[in-house]
Amino acid sequence: MLNDATNDRSKIVGRRAFLLAGGQAALLSVLVGRMYFLQVLEAGKYATLAEENRINLRLLPPPRGRILDRNGVPMAVNEQNYRLVVIDEETDDLDDTLDSLSAIIPISEHDRARIIREAKRHRSFVPVTVRENLSWEDVSRIEINTPDLPGVEIDVGESRHYPLVGLGAHLLGYVSAASETDLQNSNDPLLELPGFRIGKQGVEKVYDLALRGKGGTDQVEVNAVGRTIRELKRIDGEPGLDLSLTIDLELQQYAAQRLGEESAAMVVLDIHTGDVLVMASTPSFDPNAFNRGLTPDEWKDLISNPRSPLTNKAIAGQYPPGSTFKLMTAMAALESGSITPDQRVFCGGKLSFGGNIYHCWRPQGHGAMDLVNGIKNSCDVYFWEVARRTGFERIADMAKRFGLGAPLGLDLPGERGGIIPNKDWKRAALNQPWYPGETLSNAIGQGYVTATPLQLAVMCARIANGGQAVIPHLARDIVEDGHVSPRPPPNWPDIGVSRQTIAMVRRGMYAVCNEPGGTGFNSRIKEEGMFMSGKTGSAQVKRISARERESGVKKQEDLPWKDRDHGLFVAYAPEPDPRFAACVVCEHGIHGGYFAPIVRDVLVEVQKRYPARVASDHDHDHDRDHAHDHAAG
Amino acid sequence: MLMAQHSHFRFSSSEMSVREKLWQVSWSFVLLITLVCGIGFLTLYSAANGNIEPWASRQMLRFVIGLTVMLSVALVDIRSWMRWSYGLYAITLLLLVAVQIRGSVGMGAQRWIDLGFIQLQPSEIMKMTLILALARYFHGATYQEVGRPLFLLPPLVMVLLPVGLVLKQPDLGTALMLILASGATFFLAGVRIWKFALILGAGAGAVPVVWQFMREYQRQRITTFLNPESDPLGAGYHILQSKIALGSGGMFGKGFLLGTQSHLNFLPEKQTDFIFTMLAEEWGMMGGLVLVGLYSLIIVYGYAMSLKSRNHFGRLVGVGLTTTFFLYVFINIAMVMGLVPVVGVPLPLISYGGTSMLTLLFGFGLIMSVHIHRDVHIGRRGASDEV
Repeated sequence: MLNDATNDRSKIVGRRAFLLAGGQAALLSVLVGRMYFLQVLEAGKYATLAEENRINLRLLPPPRGRILDRNGVPMAVNEQNYRLVVIDEETDDLDDTLDSLSAIIPISEHDRARIIREAKRHRSFVPVTVRENLSWEDVSRIEINTPDLPGVEIDVGESRHYPLVGLGAHLLGYVSAASETDLQNSNDPLLELPGFRIGKQGVEKVYDLALRGKGGTDQVEVNAVGRTIRELKRIDGEPGLDLSLTIDLELQQYAAQRLGEESAAMVVLDIHTGDVLVMASTPSFDPNAFNRGLTPDEWKDLISNPRSPLTNKAIAGQYPPGSTFKLMTAMAALESGSITPDQRVFCGGKLSFGGNIYHCWRPQGHGAMDLVNGIKNSCDVYFWEVARRTGFERIADMAKRFGLGAPLGLDLPGERGGIIPNKDWKRAALNQPWYPGETLSNAIGQGYVTATPLQLAVMCARIANGGQAVIPHLARDIVEDGHVSPRPPPNWPDIGVSRQTIAMVRRGMYAVCNEPGGTGFNSRIKEEGMFMSGKTGSAQVKRISARERESGVKKQEDLPWKDRDHGLFVAYAPEPDPRFAACVVCEHGIHGGYFAPIVRDVLVEVQKRYPARVASDHDHDHDRDHAHDHAAG
Repeated sequence: MLMAQHSHFRFSSSEMSVREKLWQVSWSFVLLITLVCGIGFLTLYSAANGNIEPWASRQMLRFVIGLTVMLSVALVDIRSWMRWSYGLYAITLLLLVAVQIRGSVGMGAQRWIDLGFIQLQPSEIMKMTLILALARYFHGATYQEVGRPLFLLPPLVMVLLPVGLVLKQPDLGTALMLILASGATFFLAGVRIWKFALILGAGAGAVPVVWQFMREYQRQRITTFLNPESDPLGAGYHILQSKIALGSGGMFGKGFLLGTQSHLNFLPEKQTDFIFTMLAEEWGMMGGLVLVGLYSLIIVYGYAMSLKSRNHFGRLVGVGLTTTFFLYVFINIAMVMGLVPVVGVPLPLISYGGTSMLTLLFGFGLIMSVHIHRDVHIGRRGASDEV
C-alpha cells in the first residue's frame, strides 16, 4: 500500500518534472531566439541607435560680424556679456546659496522663484541664469566671494552692442531672438540655440546671413543623462563677416547733430556710385535698449512720440515734395517741347484756371518768367502754366524716370515708394477721373504726389549726374551668399533725358543758390570750387483758413507744430562737376529755405573730407564728361 | 525485502561520515556554479569601468561565504531540513512582516532589514523556504489526498501569505516568482491539471480587479512593456536602452570593457538587473549563448540530481528549487530583452547583490543535500517520526 503510493507518486513526479523541464527548455530556446533577433537580425539598427546615443552634436554659435562705417569705424560690435549662473548640483543647498548671493547682488523674489523653478525643471548640472549683463563691479564682487558660493559661476557670452547709441540706429536696426516664423522659414539650427540673436531690422536684417556666420559643431561623448564625458571632434564654424557700410560716420554725426530734435531726415549720396554717405533720421532711438529689453514705459514713450523716433523717415517718410517737384515739371515740359527755355510766362501773382483762381506763393507776382527764373524764384504761376501745356501724364512719366513713385531697392528694409499719380492711378486708387485742376496742384508737388527723402536725393543725383539711373546702396561691397566681392564700376542705364534739358534745369538750380533773389541764395556755398546748386520746397500740410486768418494767424509760425508745412531742400555740389547730392526734409519745418544752411554745411563738410572723388577707386570719366558738357556755370 | 533494503540505505546514509558525504558532492555542479560566478565577477569588473571596486571584490567575498554556506547546507541531512522546514518558513514570514514594520526604504520599496553586516532581503529567502515548506506539506500526501480541494487549502494559504506581503512592499517580480515556483511544486505534487486551468481562467478574469489595486509605477511598467516607444525618455527608457545596448553588441560583441552603452551609463542598473545586457553588449550573442548554456547545464544537473532522490520531499525540493533558479534566469533575461515587463528580478549568480547570491547558493546547497542524501527514506508522516 505504502509502496504503491510511493511508486505512484514517484511516477507522477517523474512525468511532471519531465513536462516542467520540457517547458523550461522551450522557454530558454525562446530567449536564444530573441537574442538572435536582437543581436543578429536587428544588430545594424541598434548599432546606429547606439552611435546616436553616444555622440551628442553641439552647436557652437559663431561670433556675429561687426558693422563698420566706410572708414572702418565700428557701428555694431559684440560685447562680452557676463552672466551669473548657478549650478544646482554643485551647491550644498540652492536656497542657502541664493541667500548668500542676494547679500552681494540683489535678487528679486520673482527672480528667485524663477531660478528655483528652472533648477527643478532642468537636470541638476544645467546652469540656470540668475542675472545677465552684470557690471564689472558685480563680477568682481562675486568672484571675490566665490569660495563661499559653491555652484555659482560667471559665464561669459556675447551680446550685440551699438556703441554710437542713437546714431545710425535706423540703418543698423537691431537683433533679437528668432521668432516662431523665423524658425519655420529657416533650417539653420543656430536659430534654436538659446540666446542666439538674428537681425530683425535694418542692415542687421538685410545682411543677417553674412553677419551671422556659420555655426561650428562640437562632437561630445555624453552619458545617458546628457553629461559631457569628453570632446571628440570640434569643427570651428565661420565667424560672421564684418560688413562695411558706405556711411561716413563723422558726416552722419554732423548731420544728425545739425538736425537736432527736429522731426527730420537727411540723405547724402555719391551721385556716381550710389554710395549713401549720410542717412539720418531724427529723433532716433537706442537700439541697445532692444537688446536689453525695453520696459513697457520706454516702449510706450517710443511709439507715442509724435516725432516717431522708430521710423526711418529717410526711406519710410512719404512727403509731398512741394516745389522740389517743379524740377520734374520743368524736365517734362522741356523734353516734350511744350515750352522752350526762353519762352516767358507772366506771373501777376495769380492764375485763373477752370473757373478757379490759383495764387502764387508771392502775392505781388514775379513778372515775366523764363525757365531759369521760374526755378530760381520757384514761381508757381510759371509752373502751373507749363504743366497745363505739358499735361500731368508726361510729368508723372518723367518723375518715375528720376526715381520717384516706386521703391528704389535700397538694401534696407522698410523702403516706401511714394506716389506719382496719373489718370490710371487715380482711377484705380480712388475710382475718380483726373480733374484738370489736379494737374496744377500736383505739378508743384502738392496734391497726391509724395516722395521719400531718399527718392528726392536720388532725383537730385540723377539730375546732377546727367541722367544716369543711379541706385543707392548702403553696403560698400556686394554681399551674396555669405561672400563679399567689391562692387563693379557703376554702369547705370541712361534715363533717356536729353543733355540740353538737364543742363537747363541745372542752370535753374544753380540760380536758386548762387544768384541774388534765388530762394536758396542766403545759404549759398561761398568756398571756391564747392558751389552748390539746389531747389527749395515747402509742402502744405494745412491751409490757413479764413477763420485763422481773422484770428491773427498770418504766418506758418503761428500754427500749431503739427499743422505747419514741411520744409524740403535738395542740392548737389560742387559745380560744375558735381559729386554729391543731398536732400533734407523737415516735418513741419515750414520752408526748405530754413534748412538749406544745414545741407550747405554738410555738403561743405563732405567736400572737405573727400577733396578727390569719393569713390576714388572707380572711374567715372563718362559721367564727368556729361557734367562738363552740360553743367551750367 | 524492499522494506529492509530501504531501512538499510536509510541506516547507512544517516550514518555517512562527513568524508563520505564530501565524496558524494557533485563537484562538477560546484564547478559549473563557480564558472557562472566567475563570469559575474568579470562583468562586475567591467561594470565598474575596469575596477575591482566596488562590486567585483565584494561579490567575490560573498561568493566565498556563499560557497561555504552551500557546502554546509549540502552536508546537513535532508531529514533535518525537512524537520526545520516549517520553522524556517515561519521565521522568513516573520521577517517579511518585520520589513513591513521597520524596513528601510530603498528604491521606493521596503525590502531590506539592515543587520549591520548585511542587508537582509527576506523576500529572497522566502523563495527557498516556501519551497521547503510546500515540499514538506506534500511529502506525506497521496495522489488521492492531493486531489481533494480542502487538502490544498493550507498550502495555498502558505503561498498567499508571503505573496501578499511581498506585493505590499511592493515587489512584483518576487511575488511572481513565488507564485510560479509554488505552482510548479503543486504541479509536481500531483495537483490535477484542470485545477491549474481553473486558476488560470480565474486569474485572467481577475486582471481588471488586480489592475485596480496596482501601483501607478506597476501599471506604467506594464503599459510601457506593451509599447516601450510610447515613452522613450520616461518609463520605456530602460527597455529601449537595454535593447539598444544588446542589439549593438551584435554576434561577437564590442569586447571586454568596451561596451559603450553600459559604460556611458545609458544602461540603467548595469550592475544589478540589467547586467545581462552589459554582458551581451561586450561579448555579443556568443557570450549570451555561453551563459545561457551554462545556466541550462545547471538546470539539467538540478533535475538529474533531484530526480535521483528516492524520497518525495527531496524530489519536490530539488525540482522546485531548480525551477526557481530557472525562473530567475528566464524572467531576468526575457525582461532585459523586452519579452516581459521590467519586474526587478536579478540575474542569478551574476547580478550584484548579497542576499540573492547567498540564497541562491543556499538553494544549491539544498539541491546538493537532496543529491547526497538521495537514498534516505523518509516515512510518509515526515521526518519527525524518525526522531
